[in-house]
Amino acid sequence: MIDALTALLGAENVLTAKEDLVPYSFDGTATFRELPVAVVFPRTTEEVARCVKICREHQTPIITRGSGTGLSGGTVPTPGAIVLCLVHMTKIVEIDPANLTLRAEPGAITADIDAAAAEHGLFYPPDPGSMKISTIGGNVAENSGGLRGLKYGVTRDYVMAVTVVLPDGEVATFGNACVKDVAGYSMKDVFIGSEGTLGIITEVLLKLLPRPEARRTMLATFSSMEAAAETVSAIIAARIIPCTLEFLDQMTIRCVEDYTKMGLPTDCAALLLMETDGHPAAVEDEANRMAAIARSHGAMEVMTAADEAESLKLASARRSAFASLARVRPTTILEDVTVPRSHLAEMVTFIAETAAKLELTVGTFGHMGDGNLHPTFLTDERDEEEMKRVHQALDLIVSKTLSLGGTITGEHGVGLAKKMWLRDQLGDASLNLMKKFKETIDPDCLLNPHKIFD
Amino acid sequence: MSLKKLDFSILQQCMHCGMCLPSCPTYDTTKRERNSPRGRIALMRAVATDEIPLSQSFADEMSFCLGCLACQSACPAAVDYATLFETSRAEIEATGVSVSAPRRLLRFLTLDLLFTRPRFLRVVGKLLRFYQVSGAENLVRKILPKRLRELERQTPRMAAQFSNDLIDPVESGDGSSKKVALLTGCVQDLVFSQVNRDTADVLLANSCEVHTPSVQPCCGSIHSHNGEPGMARENASRLLDLLPPQDFDAIISNAGGCGSHLRHFSKLLPNEPRAALWDAKVRDVHEFLAEIEVRSPDVAPFEEEKRVTYHDSCHLAHGQKVTLEPRQVIDLIPGIERVDLSESDWCCGSAGVYSLTQPEQSQLLLERKLGHIRATGAEILLTANPGCVLQIQNEMPELKIMNPVSLLAQAYRNESKKL
Ligand SMILES: Cc1cc2nc3c(=O)[nH]c(=O)nc-3n(C[C@H](O)[C@H](O)[C@H](O)COP(=O)(O)OP(=O)(O)OC[C@H]3O[C@@H](n4cnc5c(N)ncnc54)[C@H](O)[C@@H]3O)c2cc1C
Ligand code: SF4
Ligand code: SF4
Repeated sequence: MIDALTALLGAENVLTAKEDLVPYSFDGTATFRELPVAVVFPRTTEEVARCVKICREHQTPIITRGSGTGLSGGTVPTPGAIVLCLVHMTKIVEIDPANLTLRAEPGAITADIDAAAAEHGLFYPPDPGSMKISTIGGNVAENSGGLRGLKYGVTRDYVMAVTVVLPDGEVATFGNACVKDVAGYSMKDVFIGSEGTLGIITEVLLKLLPRPEARRTMLATFSSMEAAAETVSAIIAARIIPCTLEFLDQMTIRCVEDYTKMGLPTDCAALLLMETDGHPAAVEDEANRMAAIARSHGAMEVMTAADEAESLKLASARRSAFASLARVRPTTILEDVTVPRSHLAEMVTFIAETAAKLELTVGTFGHMGDGNLHPTFLTDERDEEEMKRVHQALDLIVSKTLSLGGTITGEHGVGLAKKMWLRDQLGDASLNLMKKFKETIDPDCLLNPHKIFD
Repeated sequence: MSLKKLDFSILQQCMHCGMCLPSCPTYDTTKRERNSPRGRIALMRAVATDEIPLSQSFADEMSFCLGCLACQSACPAAVDYATLFETSRAEIEATGVSVSAPRRLLRFLTLDLLFTRPRFLRVVGKLLRFYQVSGAENLVRKILPKRLRELERQTPRMAAQFSNDLIDPVESGDGSSKKVALLTGCVQDLVFSQVNRDTADVLLANSCEVHTPSVQPCCGSIHSHNGEPGMARENASRLLDLLPPQDFDAIISNAGGCGSHLRHFSKLLPNEPRAALWDAKVRDVHEFLAEIEVRSPDVAPFEEEKRVTYHDSCHLAHGQKVTLEPRQVIDLIPGIERVDLSESDWCCGSAGVYSLTQPEQSQLLLERKLGHIRATGAEILLTANPGCVLQIQNEMPELKIMNPVSLLAQAYRNESKKL
């Protein structure tokens, strides 16, 4: 099989030496590790299709990989699998300002896509914390969110069409450049968020928006996490849709400040990063109202970014939250629970209490406007006893989330990390239908096996 | 020092988020994980846990890494890549996985002989200077085989006078209120001794009494970087004896690569009580000038207004996190328009002996840098590390390259001319 792959791609695009493979045995998720048997780098849809056919002949599983920043173990190889890495397919093929669309290869970097759109005065809103390095293929496969989800939605809302190599090596395109399209089932939606288990995305057609004319970024500090959560609920209840309402607790603020040295207030219990964008007059009005609401809900201080540069700095500081937390302890285990927004304050309190009860260190941050929280446990995987308590805490948080009508993962996907809880959330009927679906499309279970469910 | 003996939590500190990947020049070239910081740390970890042996392939990877530390600046998780990298290189040298006879000889000549014996280094420097100005150079260039000829061309031109010819051991102006030590460096001393003179002048003009011992040991950065911690320790001890930190308000370095190493003596010499104070007193000259609120010159360094741009040397920007201060110093000088250089903190490929060990990747980075420099339309490139100057000057002989301190010194000099 290696010979066939080498003949197809050339020796420089097929790695098999142990030193080459070790760095592909993990992704951004803590504790999961497994070596692949090879890593291959195709450069065209055609090459991907032929790789799939070769692997199918040898019944070798394929793990599709972008930049490997996934946070649910999606790209961790299963034993005997090859990794098919798309980082050489990075072209932005076309921008169509008349139809407001952008066509790109799967390895294009998220930030580059928005930068390319910006050159035409256009805007690609989804901005995951990893946007400087995550690939659009990975974003679509995980249906990633970002800091602007509250107003602009998630990756799914911008995918108009996907070209996919199916498990039998056939190539299909689902969707098109039409704003409306009800011809048959919406198959493209099946592939969005499929975590590499149904097909390999080799091209995407994305929807763009006009770039907002103005934007205002504010920071509000609070003496309790609950006050911050209540502010978020109050802003939404006041019928304001800001583009960003991000939350950081004290532990997270301190770590981010340690990294960025930008002078964040480290003595408050919680911080909200609030941003509104759009028409200058509307931005002005919304910003004033948000500041007033924050104050009336106990904000100690509300500060406004002086200019665009400062806004960008604040947003990128927020993006570094997760990795900054890793400064504290050797192992960083993060959750991705999401609850209906009216339950946010309750959830935030529950997380803090659970961590205190089990004597664990936790830093919580998240996309509060979306009800999406990232409680992050700071621990050491070598300490078995402590890891047991971490897992206990995760179980408790997940149960609580489900009891509030929430979901076990808002944006990072199920992968390996969350599959033990999937049945609890979905129930038998729903999970069985998903499995049937997978069996129909990928009967030999070649694409990313044992991810999402067994 | 070995990876296995290293505190494992330094390796564990990398949580493989990948945020460093876009700033790594070697990953940018190949898009292979093993050529990225995250991949290299994974390999180091695999060596530490016996998952892979300390192989030639591992040694090659550590040689391919520039040691530019851009990853360390980018890493939100505070991974100490410098320590991991130096430990790996030290272990490779100690176990001898990648030795060949000529490589050994070259290392012996440079690391053991030249860069531990300052007097000897100066003698060699004088000989080289003679070689370069006597005409022998042109003759030799004609008869050397191609590969050697290329290497030979990279030999820097020696200055006519070294620092000790230009600077007295103690110099002071009227009303000096601060006492500082000036480190003259190795390459800086031999090739760019004028920069040392300029540094002294600028310090004198800002009320400093400047102490510059005429014979100074090498700081040991080149040894540390190339897997010889023993020699690095020896050099550090000698410096501490020569310039006891308690005697000075600050210890000034003007070469990015040295400064980055000079600040970590307490890590290198954990049992040396003076090391922590030393580390606290080391300053890059620009950083020091910004701290003491350097006096802005009244006149311009040149008759006409000049457009300049600033290139961040890796070990100043990433190793020492000094990026704003040199720009602040430049912006104080009248008659100078500073334009931004894109990717200003992206390695130029010089990286110590990298241009000799990895000529292809080095050349690639150099060309990328030159492209950006040309795009600025600047007449003068300002940068604060002799390695970068040599690398860039080699390919762009027509470009004027200066240390920001020299530009400032020139402006001060013009002031006195005007009087
Ligand atoms: C610091 C940090 C911050 C993050 N912030 C956010 C955030 O704010 N919001 C968010 O949603 N996520 C976030 N993430 C998670 C992660 O970055 C996203 O899931 C991202 O979309 C993954 O992109 P990638 O290119 O790294 O994909 P990978 O990790 O390589 O792959 C992820 C999954 O997608 C599959 N896949 C990849 N490419 C393809 C393809 N072309 N076709 C089919 N399947 C494919 C893989 O098999 C795998 O299952 C963050 C991660 C980090 C490390
Ligand atoms: S070195 Fe830092 S930035 Fe790079 S992967 Fe590791 S933790 Fe992330
Ligand atoms: S030191 Fe430079 S070349 Fe080496 S891993 Fe870090 S960024 Fe890459």
